[in-house]
Amino acid sequence: MEALFATTTGILAASGLYLALRGRTFPVVVGLTLLSYAVNLFLFSTGGLTTDGAAVISDGAGQYADPLPQALVLTAIVIGFAMTAFSVILAMRVRGDVGSDHVNGNRVDEPREDKS
Amino acid sequence: MSLLLIVLLPLLGSLLPLLSSNQRRHQCALLTAAMPLIALLVTLRETPGVLAGEVPRLAFSWVPALGLDLALRLDGLSLLFVLLILGIGLLIILYARHYLAEADNMPRFYAYLMLFMTSMLGIVMADNLILLWMFWELTSLSSFLLIGFWSHQSAPRKGARMALAVTGMGGLALLAGFILIGQIVGSFDMQTVLDSRDVILADPRYLPALLLVLLGAFTKSAQFPFQFWLPQAMAAPTPVSAFLHSATMVKAGVFLLARLHPALAGSQEWLYLVSLTGLVTMLFGAYFALIKLDLKAILAYSTVSHLGLITMLFGLNSQMAVVAGLFHILNHATFKAALFMTAGIVDHECGTRDIRKLKGLWRYMPMTTALATITAASMAGFPLLNGFLSKEMMLAETLETPLLGGLAWLIPVLATIGSILAAAYSLRYVRNTFFDGKPRELEKTPHEASFPMRLPVLVLAIVCIIIGLFPAFSATGILTTAADAALTMPAPELHLSIWHGFNLPLLMSAIALIGGFMVYVLRQHLFTFHRQFPSRNSLAIFEGAVQRLVRFTQWGIDTLENGSLQRYMLWVVISALAVSGMSLMGIETLKGELAVQKADPLLIVGAAITCFAGLATAFLHRRRLISLIMLSVVGLMASLAFARFSAPDLALTQLAVEVVTVILLMLALFFLPQKTPKESSASRIVRDVLLAAGFGGVVASLNYALLTRPLNSISDYFLEHSVSGGGGHNVVNVILVDFRGFDTLGEITVLCIAGIGIYKLLSRLRLFMPSSDSEGRPWSPDRYPMILASVSQSLLPMALLVSVFIFLRGHNAPGGGFIAGLVTAVALILMYIAHGVEWAQQRLSFQYQPIAVSGVAIATLTGVGSWAFGYPFLTSAFGHFHIPLIGDVELATAMLFDLGVYLTVVGATLMILANLGKVTTSHRPSKQKEKA
Repeated sequence: MEALFATTTGILAASGLYLALRGRTFPVVVGLTLLSYAVNLFLFSTGGLTTDGAAVISDGAGQYADPLPQALVLTAIVIGFAMTAFSVILAMRVRGDVGSDHVNGNRVDEPREDKS
Repeated sequence: MSLLLIVLLPLLGSLLPLLSSNQRRHQCALLTAAMPLIALLVTLRETPGVLAGEVPRLAFSWVPALGLDLALRLDGLSLLFVLLILGIGLLIILYARHYLAEADNMPRFYAYLMLFMTSMLGIVMADNLILLWMFWELTSLSSFLLIGFWSHQSAPRKGARMALAVTGMGGLALLAGFILIGQIVGSFDMQTVLDSRDVILADPRYLPALLLVLLGAFTKSAQFPFQFWLPQAMAAPTPVSAFLHSATMVKAGVFLLARLHPALAGSQEWLYLVSLTGLVTMLFGAYFALIKLDLKAILAYSTVSHLGLITMLFGLNSQMAVVAGLFHILNHATFKAALFMTAGIVDHECGTRDIRKLKGLWRYMPMTTALATITAASMAGFPLLNGFLSKEMMLAETLETPLLGGLAWLIPVLATIGSILAAAYSLRYVRNTFFDGKPRELEKTPHEASFPMRLPVLVLAIVCIIIGLFPAFSATGILTTAADAALTMPAPELHLSIWHGFNLPLLMSAIALIGGFMVYVLRQHLFTFHRQFPSRNSLAIFEGAVQRLVRFTQWGIDTLENGSLQRYMLWVVISALAVSGMSLMGIETLKGELAVQKADPLLIVGAAITCFAGLATAFLHRRRLISLIMLSVVGLMASLAFARFSAPDLALTQLAVEVVTVILLMLALFFLPQKTPKESSASRIVRDVLLAAGFGGVVASLNYALLTRPLNSISDYFLEHSVSGGGGHNVVNVILVDFRGFDTLGEITVLCIAGIGIYKLLSRLRLFMPSSDSEGRPWSPDRYPMILASVSQSLLPMALLVSVFIFLRGHNAPGGGFIAGLVTAVALILMYIAHGVEWAQQRLSFQYQPIAVSGVAIATLTGVGSWAFGYPFLTSAFGHFHIPLIGDVELATAMLFDLGVYLTVVGATLMILANLGKVTTSHRPSKQKEKA
């Protein structure tokens, strides 16, 4: 189970990074979102993978899931949304102002070197 | 208290001239002179006590953690310098009044000058090393301002920059040295340091500390090889050159040598480093003083030479040499300031300082000629003048030094050669300027300077004569007390007199004068010889070095920061891979000691779907809508994974966020191209795939290694104290709103800021609004779907009820402000989707920004509220309350905090989505083609 979980996290992270390295804004935003999923799962798993753990404190409960990573990831999810929103709207703004949706602001990959 | 007055009055004085206008020059000069004059009177009142052996001190604690005290002292050494600074300073104020042209901004000049005077007084009176350093740096700064006073010209700007770079760098070294000394001694207090010589000399950190302090002193006093900045600083107005670059600021370095002499001197390192540096500087400066053609350059190099002489004396580790050094500081200040002023007068009256053009000025300015001759004779070491006395003492000391062992005879010989050169350049300065024929090529006919301009020179020349004629009467007292402060034991008894009988020093003095005359007569041969060397312009070399440095750093910036996000990502990822890959290689096996749990089929299927969707998101990224759908599959699977692994809070949050994220991205996609063009080169794709694969591999390995190792978590504390300390059974929520409430406060603030940022980004956004999809088919003109509209309307109250429920139970069961806020937001957004923005806007007629901001405010105020009860920020309280009909309810202040979280989440989410939705409506395009 651990190997399965780790592999999934790795594949998500790899896919996310590949997208984040693309040249257009939308795939980059999607990639960052995907990467944040991978990171959230990773962080969450640092508390261990608990099956059927109790979520709230009660007298009869046996094993509890580690609450600390959960609390961290919970806020991370919300902040991640805010960041996705910010970057995608920044992308829209850039397209409006610059006229291109390339992350470097124009259509060439290495702007400064090609310009001269 | 009077000590503080001496330092602070000139500081006050730096404001006074600014009150006066540039036109009222007399008033301006008088205002400026008032404060130093009072300070001088205060000093004179203290003088008898100091001469009698008292050391007035004053200390306020300033920054105790740094060992920094506002501590001042007025011992003999300070007194000598204070009198020089204030006395010559007053003469300079008078001189500058007549020197500055109408166009120059006089108040500004005087303000800088007073600022400099304050910092210089601070240096010589500081009773704390760090305080001394602060004033030290202040002199560098005020000197920068004064050198660059004529900022419209290029040379002063460059000279000022060079002076600041050199002395500022030395200042930093000095600070490092002071800190080392402070660590050795355990205090920055001056007296403690001065009393700890044995400790300092025995410490292994002595040599580095000494080198750093000397670096500071040598850069300030223009010692070889840092002498180059001083001649360039001559681009300053002449009063500045006379005051800063001959009489005071450059003396700060030698002052420091004298000040720390009791603590640092006496070792072989000190003897060799200080005295040899001084000797080399003395000869170097004297040679160039003889070569130069500009009057001020001649004086600048002769200043370098004399500073070298003083440095050498302080380096000799002999008590009498220290006295001689102090005596020469006094004498040099008098004759050199006067000489600079005569150079300024010549410049002022003739319009040039080029010694080749000047000749025979005695016809036009006899008084100035007389004064220049007297002071130059003092510089040359002519008998009956003060320069002669200290120079002869210097020659006597070089005879006694143990320096260089068997080669010790070299020192007096070289010192005599230095004196010969000094006599020669003094003679050249006077004869070539004021005698030797008639002037040629002068732009204007020179005439005698006004009396007030000559007065300061006259005063200084009289001082030269008085000290020269009656040394025992005029100088013994102050020199003895000054030497007392600069030596560990009482100063040797001083017998200053003009005539010591026929002895070796007298012979050397005679040789110096006669030799100087010979060298002067034969100078043309020297000039011819010198012409063989390529001329080196230190300014050009320095500027070149600075330019190279700038080019190098610019190259570094261009290479690393070329404006390409992809390039930056590459660097970030590669460094992250290197760091985490290293630590992975450091562990022995990937698998730790924990037993592996078995995977059930459902889990395998789930993981397979997640992996497939993740890969599909990447591979289908050029078809953006499909990529986005795949992304939402990953999000949903992540939510299921949280639920599967006992994290219901996370599952709920992820689910809600997933919904708003997809809505957001769908909206955004409407404004962006629907497809990504094929543009990455094959090699770029290979590179990125390899990088991504490596990254994924490292992440997976790290994750696996973490999962199979036992973890000592701090969570047990939270589990134990959640009910007793936070009053809640849902530990995750208690951590969020109570244990780590401060973090959450930060997070909702970020959320709110992101929302506001987006709001600003959306205002006046120029949109590319497509009227058809990527295939060219026009968008459906249908209004909003009927079924969704009616269902959503009936769902809204339910959804709001659910969110209230989730919010209220959050402390004890899965739920809480974050989740409830997201549920509310989703419910409201559904209204927008189902009915359109205009419909929703009419019914939801409130602004979202205030909601988000008030959420943050409520959370903050909840935290602040605990102050009222004497608890730290964000301490929570809770209790049980009985509410009729509902029963026992546990209420905590954390709930109020959670309300803030709830409001922020609702406000920020809607601020983002509703505003984005709004831009679609206000100017929805007709059938025109997309411009992109």
